[in-house]
Amino acid sequence: MKKTRLNERHKELGGKMIDFFGWEMPVEFSGVISEHLAVRNKAGLFDVSHMGEVTVKGNQALDCVQYLTPNDASRLKAGKVQYTALTTEKGTFVDDMLVYCLEEGTSYLMIPNASNQERDYAWVRRHGENFDVEVQNRSSDYTQLALQGPQALKILNPLIDVELEEIKPFRFRFGKIQGENVLVSRTGYTGEDGFELYTLSYQPQKIWDLILEKGESEGLIPVGLGARDTLRMEAFLMLYGNDIDETTSVLEARLGWLVKFKKGNFLGREALLKEKEQGVKRKIVGFELIDRGIARPHYPVYIGDDKVSEVTSGSYSPYLKKSIGMTYLPVDYTEVGTEFEIGIRNRKVKAKVVPIPFYKRKK
Amino acid sequence: MYPEEYYYSKDHEWIKVENGEGTVGITDFAQKQLGDVVYVETPKKGTQLAFHQSLGVIESVKAVSDVYAPVSGEVVAVNEKLEESPELVNEDPHGKGWIIRIKLKDKSELDKLMSVSDYEKFTQSQEE
Repeated sequence: MKKTRLNERHKELGGKMIDFFGWEMPVEFSGVISEHLAVRNKAGLFDVSHMGEVTVKGNQALDCVQYLTPNDASRLKAGKVQYTALTTEKGTFVDDMLVYCLEEGTSYLMIPNASNQERDYAWVRRHGENFDVEVQNRSSDYTQLALQGPQALKILNPLIDVELEEIKPFRFRFGKIQGENVLVSRTGYTGEDGFELYTLSYQPQKIWDLILEKGESEGLIPVGLGARDTLRMEAFLMLYGNDIDETTSVLEARLGWLVKFKKGNFLGREALLKEKEQGVKRKIVGFELIDRGIARPHYPVYIGDDKVSEVTSGSYSPYLKKSIGMTYLPVDYTEVGTEFEIGIRNRKVKAKVVPIPFYKRKK
Repeated sequence: MYPEEYYYSKDHEWIKVENGEGTVGITDFAQKQLGDVVYVETPKKGTQLAFHQSLGVIESVKAVSDVYAPVSGEVVAVNEKLEESPELVNEDPHGKGWIIRIKLKDKSELDKLMSVSDYEKFTQSQEE
């Protein structure tokens, strides 16, 4: 199994290790619920080094990124980050990702999902052949940490030679922690304020240890992939492989806001334009269970006697203390309050469409 | 850690027998493997359970796990507190986190279960 540079640390901290798409990663340390609540109320530190890093550099780097992604990368200045996707010709997802602009026009950093990094790299390389660019997979060189929660800024600010207050959401800077170079962005996957740190350091343990040590008095604890999943679900953030994949379109996933038709041609533009004109047939919704139970991925979803889809994500929500989930429903059934049923083992359980996101932090 | 007088199954259930009735729960080992328990599905009183039949389900945030009847018999009581407080399974797995009480059909089935010392050895072999 692949290991991050922090693998030994996780084991020393009592992390329960699992196989996550070929990576040995901690699913939890002190418990999913306490870790989840630490991020909502104080702060949590995640090792997310399993995420990929693919660089696109060269004279036509911008043209290449513009062609591969539906969002408008020409709006990216150096130091800006954009949420976007790699789309197929059909307007469905190869992946969703952040793109960092290192140098306007000529240098970009893509962050594919762990499960997709080889495939995304191959995809970008293949399409990159038509552009004057060099595409590199730097995934095994980077360590990526996420420090998330209302106390994240207070914890990290004294440890880094950058004024973090000045980094607005979806912006980044370069700085140093413990003498090690890091890229620090105000981004995350939890619905909280926080930062993500990327480093090529051979000793990222120094950074991990320092943040944990200095953050302890603010309630900071290490957090595993279990709480990462429940946190992103409450914030209604998509998980590739669950909620989005090559069979779901960007519009069906209610990510139409990141599709910029006016920017010019891109992979999937025609299909998405047609879909927009005709209207989508189904859309992703957030639901909560009315009856007792927990909806899990792949459980069948019924309207009357008809199975209309499957649960894409579902869990107990540690913050809301409810059973929540995500699924695609025919558009006529996507209004808030609409009731439907989910098959849980041998019974049908009532659910209803609720407003999204499930959780939104107070500003 | 594990009570002396209980019997233990390979699926990590325990049963404590008094006057022909057995109280059933999952072991500390099992609750640790599961993590934070958030939902317990129990059978109805009066349900007849066969040996090793699934009697219900315990769900943690991340996992769904069947609970099997360590012996056959009739369900005579269900721990209703678990509906509101499933975390009792984590907090006191061998006590307040009990799941059902069963009227034993055949006491000799207890011979198929493990003693505390055998169970402790068994769990050690299960931890890598």
